[in-house]
Amino acid sequence: MKKRIVLLAAVAVAWTGSASAQTKDANAEFEKFRAEMEESNPAELFEVKGEELWKAKRGPKKVSLADSCDLGQGVGKIEGAYVKAPRYFADADAVMDIERRIVWCMTEKQGFKFEDIAKKPFQGANDNNAPDITNLVTYVASGSRNMEFDMPMHDAKVRDAFETGKAMAAYRAGPYDFSCNTCHGADGKRIRMQNLPNLSSPEGALRGVLGWPGYRMTGGVMLTSQWRMNDCFRQQRFPEPKYASQAVTNLIAYMTGNANGQMYKGPGIKR
Amino acid sequence: MADPMKIRASMKGDAAEVRILMSHAMETGQRKDAAGNTVPAHFIQTITIDVGGKRVVDGQIGTAVARNPVFGFKIKGAKAGDKVVVNWVDNKGDKRTDEATVA
Amino acid sequence: MKTLAMISGVTATVALLAGCAGGPSRSEAEYRQLAMETIKRDFQTKGQAKYERLTADELQQACNAHGNNPPEGIAKKLSEAQYATIKRPADGKYMGDWKQGEKIAQSGRGFTWSDKATDPAGGNCYNCHQIGPNESSYGTVGPSLLGYGKTRGDSAGMQEYVYSKIYNAKAFNVCSEMPRFGHAGALNEQQIKHLVALLLDPASPVNK
Repeated sequence: MKKRIVLLAAVAVAWTGSASAQTKDANAEFEKFRAEMEESNPAELFEVKGEELWKAKRGPKKVSLADSCDLGQGVGKIEGAYVKAPRYFADADAVMDIERRIVWCMTEKQGFKFEDIAKKPFQGANDNNAPDITNLVTYVASGSRNMEFDMPMHDAKVRDAFETGKAMAAYRAGPYDFSCNTCHGADGKRIRMQNLPNLSSPEGALRGVLGWPGYRMTGGVMLTSQWRMNDCFRQQRFPEPKYASQAVTNLIAYMTGNANGQMYKGPGIKR
Repeated sequence: MADPMKIRASMKGDAAEVRILMSHAMETGQRKDAAGNTVPAHFIQTITIDVGGKRVVDGQIGTAVARNPVFGFKIKGAKAGDKVVVNWVDNKGDKRTDEATVA
Repeated sequence: MKTLAMISGVTATVALLAGCAGGPSRSEAEYRQLAMETIKRDFQTKGQAKYERLTADELQQACNAHGNNPPEGIAKKLSEAQYATIKRPADGKYMGDWKQGEKIAQSGRGFTWSDKATDPAGGNCYNCHQIGPNESSYGTVGPSLLGYGKTRGDSAGMQEYVYSKIYNAKAFNVCSEMPRFGHAGALNEQQIKHLVALLLDPASPVNK
């Protein structure tokens, strides 16, 4: 019995081409490649680590998140939690996105210090490992794969977060007079070759939330929506939004609310 | 200790499609850190795959492969229920073995 | 008395229903206020991106308050004030070297918290505009400028206009998306001159 082996893809991603070298064709090619990669998304590696962390007894209080953390669907339950957030949590008296909520559980239930988590909340370009919180978010997000976004807009407090986020997106300031909407307020716009989703439309908002948390092939890092918001403000020439703050939740609520009713595909893969 | 692999194996027609995700830094030895020091090379060197007790892949890779490598194979002659065992060894002698069953 | 109580009871029910429907519970102006308070509470200095940047100046405030479309009276006053900020070259020359202009137009650097404050900022032009025929990676937030000088010529008036527009776009369109490069201190006089040449010089590839 002779076994024939076909090497399908040994993926060596080095996206070193300058922006100017990219053409529309290159974009289409990349899109095909990205779609193929979705079937073997390295994000799964982070999911596995996140699952271990979720179930492990950790922190000064030696409890697991699985035994203590309610993401809105019952203690320990991750199914649908990601697509049904941001939501209002009475015990924290705040509307929170999933990352902020997990951070809250880690500090309140496990006894971790917020400052320790916030010191380095995102994976740097050359870090070998993602922070625990990123792995946890990726695991929780995997529990909403192929479910529709269903942020509870009827909840007055969630609605307030949405409307405040909408107003924040229109706020112009800084040396270049930019707001979020300068780039993300109209259809069919690009920065260089990068297509800019119009976050005020259902289609654009979906593009804003789909694929996060996502594995970024440039640098091989796993990043969350909290990171995406952070880096947008960098490019907007604004100061930095504090990690896991209400400001970031409001913006995520604005996008998720506009994306409501559309399918979330789980942790994604990004250029 | 190295992180676990993620292995998926399922029959597609007469061949088993095996997809493997490995968690590894795959440092090329060419990169410098923020302080300007060269980051030492650290990469997977050998990969073996056994299906149903038979070695079907015995290969070598190098620094051209990106961090967190993804591999896909189509293996003829395999059948549902076969055990897939994947092993890698890197240039520092770190290793990892994980397994899955063909679905 | 009884009737009154009943009526207020009915009103209460109606209000409750409106609450259930899930519409916004505050006015747009109130949400704008809330947004500003949230931003001021939840942002912090990082690198050269100082906290003070969050404070909108008079023009930004007017654009924010009026959805980028302030009433004509306010808009006229503001754009006149912006026009007055434009510092024109002392030597009266507006055209620099288009080759250097191209380099400035290509660079997207400047003012982010990851940029060094001491490094010169770029023009960020290609981020939003098509300009030269050899650069296919251009943005579309602003209009295409390919052939800009070909149709408009390079008269003294055009040169002054283009210089002024780059220096302070808000002098011409009060809530324009385009940054005020000279006013913000992002580009100096010489850099703006090079960009004027890129757009207007008949020798520039933009006009070939």
